[in-house]
Amino acid sequence: MYSSTDIIGILPEFLLVITAILVLILDLLDKRGETAGVVPLSLVGFIGAGIVSAFLWDRGGYAFYDMVVADNFTTVFRVLLCFIGAITVLVSPAYLRYRDIRLGEYHPLLIIAVFGMMVMVSAADLLLFFLGVETLSIALYVLACLDRRDSRSTEAALKYLILGAFSTAFLLYGVALLYAVTGFTSYAGIMENLRETTPDPLAVAGIGFLLIGFAFKVAAVPFHFWSPDVYQGAPTPITAFMSVGPKAAAFVALIRVFGIALDGTADVWMDALAIVAALTMTLGNVVALRQQNIKRMLAYSSIAHAGYLLVGIVAGGQRAFAALSFYLVAYALMNLGAFTVAMLVNRRGDGDYQLEDYKGAGFAHPLLGATMAIFMFSLAGIPPTAGFFGKLYLFSAAVEKGYVLLVVIAVLNSALAAYYYLRILGYMYMARPERELKPVPRLGAYTFTLILTSAIILFIGALPAGMLNLLFAALP
Amino acid sequence: MPQFVFLVILFPLLGVVVNTFLTRRWSETAIGWFSSAMVGASFAGSVATYATLLGFDESARHFQQVLFDWIRVGSFHAPATLLVDPLSCVMILVVSGVSFLIHIYSIGYMHGDPGFRRYFIFLNLFVFFMLLLVLGNNFLLMFIGWEGVGLCSYLLIGFWYADEAKATAGKKAFIVNRIGDFGFLLAIFLIWSVFGTVQFHEIIPRLGSFPIGSSVITAICLLLFVGAVGKSAQFPLYVWLPDAMAGPTPVSALIHAATMVTAGVYMVARTNFLYSMAPTALEVVAIVGGGTAIFAASIGLVQNDIKKVLAYSTVSQLGYMFLACGVAAYGVAIFHLVTHAFFKALLFLGSGSVIHGMSGEQDIRNMGGLKAKMPTTYWTFLAGTLAIAGIPGLSGFFSKDEILWKTFSSGHHTLWILGVVGALFTAFYMFRLLYLTFHGQFRGSRSQEHHLHESPSVMTVPLVILAVLAIIGGYIGLTPALGGTNPFEHWLHPVVTQGARAHTLLGEASHEVGALEYLVMLISVVVALLGIWIARSGYLRQASWPGKLSKGAAYNTVLNKYYVDQIYDTVISQPIVKISEVMAQWFDLGVIDGLVNGVAAFFGWVAGGLRRVQTGLVQNYAVLMAAGILLILATLFYRVLF
Amino acid sequence: MNDNFPILILLFLVAAVVVLAFLALTVFFGPKRPNPDKGLPFECGTVGVGDARAPFPIKYYLAGIIFAVFDVELAFLYPWAVAFRDLRLVGFVSMMIFLAILAVGLYYAVRRGVFEWK
Repeated sequence: MYSSTDIIGILPEFLLVITAILVLILDLLDKRGETAGVVPLSLVGFIGAGIVSAFLWDRGGYAFYDMVVADNFTTVFRVLLCFIGAITVLVSPAYLRYRDIRLGEYHPLLIIAVFGMMVMVSAADLLLFFLGVETLSIALYVLACLDRRDSRSTEAALKYLILGAFSTAFLLYGVALLYAVTGFTSYAGIMENLRETTPDPLAVAGIGFLLIGFAFKVAAVPFHFWSPDVYQGAPTPITAFMSVGPKAAAFVALIRVFGIALDGTADVWMDALAIVAALTMTLGNVVALRQQNIKRMLAYSSIAHAGYLLVGIVAGGQRAFAALSFYLVAYALMNLGAFTVAMLVNRRGDGDYQLEDYKGAGFAHPLLGATMAIFMFSLAGIPPTAGFFGKLYLFSAAVEKGYVLLVVIAVLNSALAAYYYLRILGYMYMARPERELKPVPRLGAYTFTLILTSAIILFIGALPAGMLNLLFAALP
Repeated sequence: MPQFVFLVILFPLLGVVVNTFLTRRWSETAIGWFSSAMVGASFAGSVATYATLLGFDESARHFQQVLFDWIRVGSFHAPATLLVDPLSCVMILVVSGVSFLIHIYSIGYMHGDPGFRRYFIFLNLFVFFMLLLVLGNNFLLMFIGWEGVGLCSYLLIGFWYADEAKATAGKKAFIVNRIGDFGFLLAIFLIWSVFGTVQFHEIIPRLGSFPIGSSVITAICLLLFVGAVGKSAQFPLYVWLPDAMAGPTPVSALIHAATMVTAGVYMVARTNFLYSMAPTALEVVAIVGGGTAIFAASIGLVQNDIKKVLAYSTVSQLGYMFLACGVAAYGVAIFHLVTHAFFKALLFLGSGSVIHGMSGEQDIRNMGGLKAKMPTTYWTFLAGTLAIAGIPGLSGFFSKDEILWKTFSSGHHTLWILGVVGALFTAFYMFRLLYLTFHGQFRGSRSQEHHLHESPSVMTVPLVILAVLAIIGGYIGLTPALGGTNPFEHWLHPVVTQGARAHTLLGEASHEVGALEYLVMLISVVVALLGIWIARSGYLRQASWPGKLSKGAAYNTVLNKYYVDQIYDTVISQPIVKISEVMAQWFDLGVIDGLVNGVAAFFGWVAGGLRRVQTGLVQNYAVLMAAGILLILATLFYRVLF
Repeated sequence: MNDNFPILILLFLVAAVVVLAFLALTVFFGPKRPNPDKGLPFECGTVGVGDARAPFPIKYYLAGIIFAVFDVELAFLYPWAVAFRDLRLVGFVSMMIFLAILAVGLYYAVRRGVFEWK
């Protein structure tokens, strides 16, 4: 029978699956499909799973024949993913009712998506990781098109599905090739059997395909094409969710697979990854400059951030990974916050998220303006915010490893990015509104989210060392 | 007990948080007493800390409390750690104690003000930052406190921001302080690059490899002193302090007399291990201090605004403290800081009581004869005046006299003469103020006379307490010459001799009691009495010389504060405005904007091109992705093959 | 480095050259006589013009998807049944959990009226 380590190791995931099933059944009980109970139930599920995850600090370990690893690193990101899930649940209902999307279908899919991400994070085996990716992706394909009456939403989902399937094939092919070379699919096994700096061509191809699969998942250039279209088309809470959750999960897996298991073959993939990182941040920032739609702008911005994050993988080593994790936490907070503001500001009903809408909004809605300022400062990397310290730690770790050129590119990019982030603030505080803004609804859940995320950003910005030390302690 | 030191700074912060979020509907009284209680609790914590330190062996009277790891980037490490040693212990006792009294006083003074709650939030915040400043164990934490008190000062000077002159005064204080802060910041950078740490206790052992008078340490000290000059209103950056009197009077008492402005003195005393290795820097400190002492005192001679007189007096007294620092008598500087905190807070609060009673009148020419109507205010004010004038037996005598003696005995005879003349001025302007305000005939309007009243007990009780402290406070530092053992100096001894190696070189002042010391003491007493006698003849007996003198050119020069503000305006402000206008016209708009816009236009053009790649057609994406796949594989195989 | 590697690259190159060559040849030699009917996409005989978002009944596809799910489940059950004795209780419990989750899905589909043909 299962050992207790097995059960404990997957307890948070288990809880999420149970919650998803319960929410499905609860939804069935109401013929109209408008059961309000699904929202609190989902929330309880996420919070419960988050608490159980946190409880597993220093208590977890390898489980299920070393397929699952529930170490402290996993714990940190399980908690983060549950937090992301809970915030998404908080900001969703008002939007969903407004767009007439059924809550009863939305929430189980969301929970399953988070479940998929948690599997990605806690996988110690490429096969399990692949299952997590697929669980997440299928849920996301559906979530992206839940706004069925909106042709952009369905179009986005279809594109996502086609290109996603395309990249999944590469991921799976990479796994297969690595298995062919080493005889293992577990990270540990691959690490043991793939140490040469010039490995077998099959292994090189396997690494390459794996890299391509990952690059698609984190929307790195040139596999980023899906993301602006999908981000724009998907329901906005899902866009917020997609821009942070899967990215965090994929980067944790990148640390485990490329940062640790394939570290021995770093010479092979390092250059390619560095080039991809440089291209990703540059393209993301440059194109974001010209965007007039906030969702597309944030999509390109998140491409650029993926570029910064890749610098952490390129640099490698404990310090870089701790910095990368720090950045992921900061990024999750600020992006969730920024999208929440976007949801509130755009209430004109046409699903059109023009930057023009922000003109004069800072004075009309002080809380919205102040928190948006914090998110934008943090995204631009201006102290004393979490985003600043994320960049500082990440870039200083990379410089220490000698990647000066890459960091110079990254810093120039940050300067470039400040332009389009601060432009929003300029609109909010220095421009006169061209037309009357519809009143922004005062909803407790949104206010709570805005205050919570901005407060944590400032808190981490004020006391960054505590966070960094925690992540250091958690590294595998 | 050491583990509870954090409570000392936590209570005022708690006051800020609670007042900001919870007390919106509370009554004035509740808000005022709650805020005062928070500072009172902080004072109780300080006393407990003092008791803890007393329990330690004399050579080990210090400990640190690590609150949390604050910033750690590479080898740069700044923890949030509190340092408790005799010096910081004295500071927290004075800061929290005086703040507590002034909080209580403010309940009466600010009564009925629409910004009552805002006032107490700022005041609590100030206490928090000030305590952080003196308790921080590294330069960065000190800098946070330093900037924090500057911010609170700015907020409180411009507290009645609807009045444009007051808002402008706040701005002026802020800008002048920025000049000093810039020096401080440069000093921190330099310290970091030279020593590789910003923590005090880590710097001290690393000093061994530097020679006395090392140029880099001199540079650090001078830059630090630039910061001190700004914050502690020394020449030439003193101009903001007299204007800062625009704030509520209790604020002037707390921030612009007793505590914040002494931060510069504290900083020099705290970093004595650096200064003692830089004799040149010490010399600069002494000259600036001594010069400011007499310069500001001379301006104070002719001011007619009750608070302006006290403001210039503060600048002058701070000059004495720096003079003491400059002759390496750090302990004496801190001693004077403590006694000054008592009597200057007392004087300011007394002036506040007068202004309160006079319905807002501040010009002493319109006062007179208040003695009968405001007895408590008068007697406490008299105690403060006697103390600052240096009358034997009161606190100011002990500390000022010791400064003068240390200056003399360390061979700075010119500075000593400046100090003595400054003491003469001090006695004169203080008694001029006293006579014009409280003695003679009432010269104000009928309605002012009608309203004239003694202040409520919530204001007079702090006055009485401070008066007692101003009288007896000096006995903590009774020198051997006067039959004491100078416990205060003994208490601070472990801290102020951290630069011990340098002290032997500078030659420590001898503890021998000699006739010379009594002579120096006698001179200062005589000078003080002389100053009082002149004031008495001119303003109590109403001799004719003040009127004649006021027609002279010298009088006008002094009355206009030596035209320093005007000189600054003509020589610095206006040229800068001119230059910046020119720069704005062609350099900024032409060159910089041209460059920036050029770069922006370039990237806009690039982005326009790249955006076209995002066609929206999934086939195109797939093709481009396939190209990307080939390129990545090519790169990988290139690495392996070649 | 593997000795066979140059051969692999050669194969790639030959394949690429051959493909490109044939493409080029058709461009040069192929007769080009386009007409509108030829340009139409061939879609099982139906006219390929009109709104791509035309609504169509989805019942059949839903049933198809559910069939696919249970078909795969069956594929799982065969090896499980063969190895049942070796897997012992762990195998049994695991499979029951799996089936239970699928059963919830089926129940959901039934309740949502997937199998009601109207």
